[in-house]
Amino acid sequence: MADFETPAYREYPTIPDLTEDATASSSPFISKPVHQGPLGFPGELVDNWEEVAINKMGDLLSRYRGLQVYLDSCVKCGACTDKCHYFLGTTDPKNMPVGRQDLLRSVYRRYFTFAGKYFPKLVGARDMTKDVLDEWYSYFHQCSQCRRCSVYCPYGIDTAEISMAAREILDTVGVGQKYCNEIIGKVYKIGNNLGLPEPALRMTLEDLEEEIFDDTGVPVKLPLDVKGADILLVTPSADFFAEPHIDGLIGYAKVFHEMGVNWTLSSHASEAGNFGMFIGSYENMQDVAMRIRQAAEDLGVKRIIHGECGHAWRIAYSFWNTLIGPWDFLDQNYPIPQHICEYTWGLLQENKLNIDKSLNDHRVMTFHDSCNVARATRMGDKPGGQFEIPRNIIKAVCNNYVEMDPNTTKEATYCCGGGGGLLTDDLMEIRVKGALPRMEALNEVVVESGVTHMAAICAICKSQFTKVLPYYKMPMDMIVSVHQLVSDAIILTGQNTDDEETEEPAAATAE
Amino acid sequence: MSVAFAILLYVAAIIFFGGVTLRVIKYWRTPAPLKIPTMPAPTTQTGVVMRMGREVVFFESLFKANKWIWIFGWLFHASLLLAFFRHLRYIISPDNILWPLINLQLVQSLGQYAGYTMLIGLLGLLARRIVVERIRYISNASDYLMLLLILGIAATGMWMSFISHADIVSLKIFVMGLVRFDIQPLPDSLALQLHLVMVAALMIVFPVSKLLHAPGVFFSPSRNQVDNSREKRHLVPWAAKLDATRGMKTKDQLVKE
Repeated sequence: MADFETPAYREYPTIPDLTEDATASSSPFISKPVHQGPLGFPGELVDNWEEVAINKMGDLLSRYRGLQVYLDSCVKCGACTDKCHYFLGTTDPKNMPVGRQDLLRSVYRRYFTFAGKYFPKLVGARDMTKDVLDEWYSYFHQCSQCRRCSVYCPYGIDTAEISMAAREILDTVGVGQKYCNEIIGKVYKIGNNLGLPEPALRMTLEDLEEEIFDDTGVPVKLPLDVKGADILLVTPSADFFAEPHIDGLIGYAKVFHEMGVNWTLSSHASEAGNFGMFIGSYENMQDVAMRIRQAAEDLGVKRIIHGECGHAWRIAYSFWNTLIGPWDFLDQNYPIPQHICEYTWGLLQENKLNIDKSLNDHRVMTFHDSCNVARATRMGDKPGGQFEIPRNIIKAVCNNYVEMDPNTTKEATYCCGGGGGLLTDDLMEIRVKGALPRMEALNEVVVESGVTHMAAICAICKSQFTKVLPYYKMPMDMIVSVHQLVSDAIILTGQNTDDEETEEPAAATAE
Repeated sequence: MSVAFAILLYVAAIIFFGGVTLRVIKYWRTPAPLKIPTMPAPTTQTGVVMRMGREVVFFESLFKANKWIWIFGWLFHASLLLAFFRHLRYIISPDNILWPLINLQLVQSLGQYAGYTMLIGLLGLLARRIVVERIRYISNASDYLMLLLILGIAATGMWMSFISHADIVSLKIFVMGLVRFDIQPLPDSLALQLHLVMVAALMIVFPVSKLLHAPGVFFSPSRNQVDNSREKRHLVPWAAKLDATRGMKTKDQLVKE
């Protein structure tokens, strides 16, 4: 399939020996001029790029405290060196978080610090050369901005912030990544990452309504652009067409239907994802997010609920209020925004949904904490709600649940390997190798506890695992949406119960 | 000689305090435009103070990361603190309110024996830097030199403490002289002179080196931010300016396909 080998499972928990430049040749396709322009970046490498790059670094240093502090503070203690999934999967030392940071830090030191200006050799400072630029392009696209390293750093140094800065510098000199920049262009032009226009979206939703009706006999609606609806659902566009994402969308729709709420999707804001964050561009991130505010105002909704997506939930939870707030026109009695898991768990706690857990008895579940949800957001009122609430939902709709190794879950979770703008076929090697630590932990519970499925609440995780699981000899449909489990266990009011087994509990708990 | 040392120490002190102050001002003034605490994070300011406290006192994150680095690193820093308290007796006079505390036998003994634990910590860190392939890979010459410099300070300190005692009464007169800008003779001791030169070197490199991690940790947004982004709008001046010039106008530009 490709010219690399899927890494073998390690005998846990060995830390691999280094292989210098193991993945130096891995680089994503470079953005064409046509994909650079709409984002405000030059089409190709500008003439005085060295100067532009250093000036941009200076600009970012003056605008981002994190970057300035992180570049100064690293003491090279080594705490992070074995924490990155890409390092564990590739053994390339430049994929150690500090190794990756140093690609940029060495240039920072050369141009912005006394020691680097006068004693470059002593502190490992380097000039800004084309080789350095190419190395940045390669290795800053081998970071999924998952923040695992920042958990373990004694100063909280977050390699994600440094990757974002590096990518913004690369974009500013005209060397952008095709995958991210093309997608952001599609959002500007059409409204979502997939480039799914309004008529196609409307048709897709109608097909889904039919599908649900055939399954259940209940006319569950997936409304689009309904003015005056109470709730706007913003969800990643993968939920409209990809498996298993779409089963999650059906789950959201069923929950809304059962509650009888007036909700809508928006064709203008048909994308929760926001690749502006991946490329570190505040301006692009704001422009992408702005469509959601526009849709909310235009439709006159009172609440916004957010679908299952990792980095998108980070932007919604942590950044929306800054980027596109204040939300003074929404109903202040609800969290703004609210995660679909917060919503559903609230209903489950109040027994407002008719659930037959046995309908998921053919599954033994585990849960993959998506990196951005785990380490960059929260759900509910208490820190750690982002871990508990999705698990509570799964346990409320499934009888069989098993945890993976605690060194690989919650705040210690490993990225799926495809986050941060790496979910593209030209980075397949990195994606497969970066998935190693998660695959090891999953394999362990498969072997020891008979786990059959792994749930996730992130569109990228779901797409990545669908693609990567077969490399590790596991079936691609092992990965499921959390709301797919809800969808399979919920019994809608008036639902066909041609199946004898489901009839009894349905009748017993019907209101 | 005494004058040369006095000048060296004055210069070192000016560079140290001046440099660190400038750096702290820079960190203070640089805005953090987005909420990026590493989650789960405290939801209150008090919680953040507690988190930072655990980080600075116990090295909480490092403990999670690697027990060996934690034990050596923590041992070194804790010993440094104890040694610092012991050294305070040279710089404060007996009528200072801190004197009874500093002069306690416990403080003085702990400070003295901290020399051993400091050596263990530093040698452990140095050994890991040399032996562990990953840490060797990320080490520059300056990383080794820094450890050697501090090892030198610790070794000369212990030499004076346990082997060849310096004349600490004269030393105190010299130091108090520095404080009062009235230069007194420095006791004639090679160990002391080496000790002071290396301390001065450490102070001079402090504001232009990775030693900035000491003030830096307090400014790290991933550790010092409150998790309250849904409740409270976080907006720095440059971002607000951006809103005014481009962001918020777009309500009228709403174009539908």
